[in-house]
Amino acid sequence: MLKRHLRRALQDMRSNRMLSLVTISTFALSILIVSSAMLFFVNMGDIMDGWRQGIRVMAYLQEGLNATDRSTLKVRMESLYGVQQADFVPKAQALERLRTQMGRQTSILDNLDSNPLPDAFEIQMIAASQSWDKVEQLATALEKLEGVSEVEYGQRWIKRIINIFNLFQLTGTVMGALFFMAAVFIVGNTVRLVLYSRREEVEIMRLVGATEQFILAPFYFQSLIQAALGGIIGLAALFMMYMLIQSRITTDMATAFFQPRFLSPLTLLGIVGCGMLVGWLGCHLSVKQYVKA
Amino acid sequence: MTAEADHAALIRLFHVHRHFHATRALTDITLDFYRNEFLFVTGPSGAGKTTLLKLLYRGEVASQGQILVDGMNLARIPRKKIHLLRRKFGIIFQDYKLIPTRTVYENVALVLEAAGRKSDYIRKKVQSVLRIVGMDKRQDTLPPNLSGGEQQRVAVARAVVGDPTIILADEPTGSLDAESAGLIIKLLKTFHTRGATVIVATHDRELIRSIPGRIIYLQEGRLTSAPTV
Repeated sequence: MLKRHLRRALQDMRSNRMLSLVTISTFALSILIVSSAMLFFVNMGDIMDGWRQGIRVMAYLQEGLNATDRSTLKVRMESLYGVQQADFVPKAQALERLRTQMGRQTSILDNLDSNPLPDAFEIQMIAASQSWDKVEQLATALEKLEGVSEVEYGQRWIKRIINIFNLFQLTGTVMGALFFMAAVFIVGNTVRLVLYSRREEVEIMRLVGATEQFILAPFYFQSLIQAALGGIIGLAALFMMYMLIQSRITTDMATAFFQPRFLSPLTLLGIVGCGMLVGWLGCHLSVKQYVKA
Repeated sequence: MTAEADHAALIRLFHVHRHFHATRALTDITLDFYRNEFLFVTGPSGAGKTTLLKLLYRGEVASQGQILVDGMNLARIPRKKIHLLRRKFGIIFQDYKLIPTRTVYENVALVLEAAGRKSDYIRKKVQSVLRIVGMDKRQDTLPPNLSGGEQQRVAVARAVVGDPTIILADEPTGSLDAESAGLIIKLLKTFHTRGATVIVATHDRELIRSIPGRIIYLQEGRLTSAPTV
């Protein structure tokens, strides 16, 4: 029976080529847009995670602290909540680090009369307490310690970016929902048009004793096939776009902190599955209306 | 009505009325149809013959009264179970009602597919029925490419392929030439001989004369004893 329904669904798709093409294209486009947004968020999420994990809190020291002061300060810092370790970075080491980071442009440092950098403590936080609120609380506590002149956790701007990213994520989710609703509507209309064009045939089938299930099953199969095809085409297009963009990223940008990745096979399956669910829903709404009429 | 006849009644109508707004298509029909009988429902155009047939397979619903078909009370059949009623019937329509986009074979096979029969059985049964109606050579043809007589033969094949208890034929020879009509009459006789109850709505006097059977007269939606043929 399943084979018959499938055969019938494919026959219907062939006889209504234009309608099928429109439905498949709509699905492909919807899936492409939604999965593009997902791909963007997945990769942005990776970047954000990288930034979050790389949070370093630097506590710069006042001039003239001796070794005893520094070891007292180290103990007090390490007793603060969320601090895993406080490592002393002498000004000479800081300058050396800067020299390494600047690469070829170190000549500017060669002309310095003295080292302008202060001694500092580099504080590593316990992984579980790396939320922005915790970092801010720690910075405030460090600033209050005697001997600390300034606290810096470099990526204060990340917080703003993350807020913007969250906003994008919300917009993406709403857009995705809208596209899926549009897909439901279009599939529903396609099925309604096909049912309308075949109303005589449906009536004849009823007269010869066919059940509603027998009559309508091919329509469900058709919608599922169209949704699956649309999903596969949309994802294939996304993959091609991804490959194109990835080749640019690896050649033009430093990738040490960011390795772009495509959606996982499970996510891809989930997307196609969701698309098929949308197809089924669109079909079901139209069929339900038709049966009631 | 004798007790024996009552026992054999396959379809029973009790005071059945059918009206469409102010128009009365059928009025107070009380009638029994018996197992394996050949019955003609006749009368002038607009007498209610087609409406009477439609009521039997629930193509229409009685406005009043009761209809029992092989023990099923039509007023109580839920929509989801109508297919079980329809499978008791093989229906031949005056306008054939073949699906134009499906081949002769597919049109006939549809009945068995809908009943959930296996492919092997369907193939054998359809080919056998198509041979009987003389359409086996044209099984891959689409209905629009057939003559009226050929289309009606396909319709007969579709009506009988499911071995129905009752064959309903609405003006089966109405739009056919004499030769094609003769062939349809022969086929109806054949399937009646094989055990089916055949109910034919017609005003074709030739058809009524050609087969011995009970005749029911309808006039303006009422049963009448006065023969109109």
